[in-house]
Amino acid sequence: MLIDFFLHLKENRLPVSIKEFLALLEALQQHVIEHSLDDFYVLSRAILVKDETHFDKFDRAFGEYFKGVEALPGMEALIPEEWLRQAVKKHLSDAECAKLEKLGWEKLMETFKKRLAEQKERHSGGSKWIGTGGTSPFGHGGTHPEGIRVGGKSENRSAVKVWEKREYRNLDDSVEIGTRNIKIALRRLRRFARQGAPEELDLEGTIAGTARNAGWLDLRLRPERHNAVKVLLFLDIGGSMDDHIRVCEELFSACHSEFKHLEYYYFHNCVYEYLWKDNRRRHSERIDTHDVLHRYGNDYKLIFVGDAAMSPYEILQPWGSVEYNNAEPGATWLRRLTDTWPHAIWLNPESEHAWQYRQSTSLIHNLMGGRMFPLTLDGLERGMRLLSK
Amino acid sequence: MRFSGSDKYVTTGDLTLAVNAAVTLQRPLLIKGEPGTGKTMLAEEVAAALGRPLFQWHIKSTTKAQQGLYEYDAVSRLRDSQLGEAKVADIGSYILKGVLWQAFECATPSVVLIDEIDKADIEFPNDLLRELDRMEFFVYETRQNVRARHRPAVFITSNNEKELPDAFLRRCFFHYIKFPDRETMKRIVDVHFPGLKPALLREALEVFFELREIPGLKKKPSTSELLDWLKLLLAEDIPPEALHSKDNKSAIPPLHGALLKNEQDVHLFERLIFMARQNR
Ligand SMILES: Nc1ncnc2c1ncn2[C@@H]1O[C@H](COP(=O)(O)OP(=O)(O)OP(=O)(O)O)[C@@H](O)[C@H]1O
Ligand SMILES: [Mg+2]
Repeated sequence: MLIDFFLHLKENRLPVSIKEFLALLEALQQHVIEHSLDDFYVLSRAILVKDETHFDKFDRAFGEYFKGVEALPGMEALIPEEWLRQAVKKHLSDAECAKLEKLGWEKLMETFKKRLAEQKERHSGGSKWIGTGGTSPFGHGGTHPEGIRVGGKSENRSAVKVWEKREYRNLDDSVEIGTRNIKIALRRLRRFARQGAPEELDLEGTIAGTARNAGWLDLRLRPERHNAVKVLLFLDIGGSMDDHIRVCEELFSACHSEFKHLEYYYFHNCVYEYLWKDNRRRHSERIDTHDVLHRYGNDYKLIFVGDAAMSPYEILQPWGSVEYNNAEPGATWLRRLTDTWPHAIWLNPESEHAWQYRQSTSLIHNLMGGRMFPLTLDGLERGMRLLSK
Repeated sequence: MRFSGSDKYVTTGDLTLAVNAAVTLQRPLLIKGEPGTGKTMLAEEVAAALGRPLFQWHIKSTTKAQQGLYEYDAVSRLRDSQLGEAKVADIGSYILKGVLWQAFECATPSVVLIDEIDKADIEFPNDLLRELDRMEFFVYETRQNVRARHRPAVFITSNNEKELPDAFLRRCFFHYIKFPDRETMKRIVDVHFPGLKPALLREALEVFFELREIPGLKKKPSTSELLDWLKLLLAEDIPPEALHSKDNKSAIPPLHGALLKNEQDVHLFERLIFMARQNR
């Protein structure tokens, strides 16, 4: 039943929990939705997915699970029999219903189950259920009196399903699994600075003060602790970095929950006069690096993530970039950034002992004043310790 | 009773479905979405539509979870004791009821709005887990257990400034209000300006959505900005042609200051227009 759907989501690395799954069952039981797959999509998303950055992943998983399911077998796997019966009835005329009753539900359901089993055995067999165009009782839009279609309303809608539109693709910025280690290390960045408005009663101070006042109340307040760390994350994306993108994204998703302010920008190989926020629009939505330089105060901590693997020209020569016509060399930009945000480190996903063999890596290592660390738990520890100073 | 939008508030099918599911199953509904997409207004409209009283709790960076339950004003009591006031003996007179307490003791089912939960400290949502689950809490000072007479429908909004803890999220239903598409936006405008000239509406939406497409804007204009702008256009009696003539892409639309409020955005926009002119 629904369990398969739940497991499928889990396999696709959506962070769904049993608690939420039970809530979904409860909602179905309470007839929160009519019998339509479109509504089921909205309902299950509202109950199971709590972050719009996961919507795209959900859409893909949902589409995968339900592809070809407008023919019934998939739905049968999903839905309790009673629900199914009602759904089916809604889409049949009275005459058809009568005919169906005559044939018997039992027989119909039995056939489903057989077909379903068959389909499961041959995993690719899904196409058997698609486009059977009415010759099979289970094809959709069929003329056979037993031809059943559950998401029946969709005939009047555009062919593309909501979840097929992938509207949330651009919001997907997280890879959750495996981030635990990194989270631990990033926590080092939390600095509970005592700053902000006074709002906590300083009991000891008050007692001491009151005593000194010969018993007249002398209230003392002190600022409460809060997380004040602000971070700028610059991620190298594309090109030789692609191997490391996964590690990179894990770091990125881990970061999100750790800081009060976290801003991220993408660059390619080395930083020049443009950065971007959305990699798919890197050519249309460029952001002036000067703007970024002026936007964030020097209390921000700057973290680069990149393998620093490129041609030395890209660092040292004007016009050396593979992508831009950069009037100034990458080194100038790098210096400009680290001057603005002196608390800066470079995290390198490549293993540390390989750095010395690559000229560009050594160059950047030097430009960073040696503050380059490998993207391992230990490297992070070292980097974060330096940043917290 | 089911919620299906109102004559003041335009909804889409997925939003009403999420609202009704949350109300039926008595789970808090977390609402996210771009600024101005009607997150705050939703709770007000649901309360009105279901005929329930609304209790609003607007969160600031200094708000503590405890304040939603009650506050013990120990400082006043201490002060009063020094002045020898009689009421000092009754600790109850220094207990101030919070929004949730008020909702819990409401004689009818109510709606609670926890607005902009992401403004608070990271721990804030965690501190409310039990209260939102069980809809009860204990007042230590008076040894009193406060329990909801009716579970209120809880709406929580967030602008994504901070991530919310997983344990909290698991207890909520979630809906992300997409930025309205053209059709939905037309309906929203219609609610606010019934009988607007179709030509003006068409041109205004054209300008509005085009503006939103400009890469690199710090603050994309939102629904409220569009509505403000339309109000100005109407007040100044600007004709539709003045907004956007097809052959003249390089004209600055009138009163665009209502749409772009950030100075840098205005500069960026004017620079783009200037470039467009030169390229003609
Ligand atoms: N769906 C809608 N129907 C009618 N009016 C709307 C709708 N959405 C937004 N508006 C208008 O936009 C204004 C802003 O809405 P609201 O304050 O609820 O947005 P919000 O999402 O809470 O914004 P913020 O994130 O800035 O708090 C409303 O007062 C209303 O006039
Ligand atoms: Mg609001």
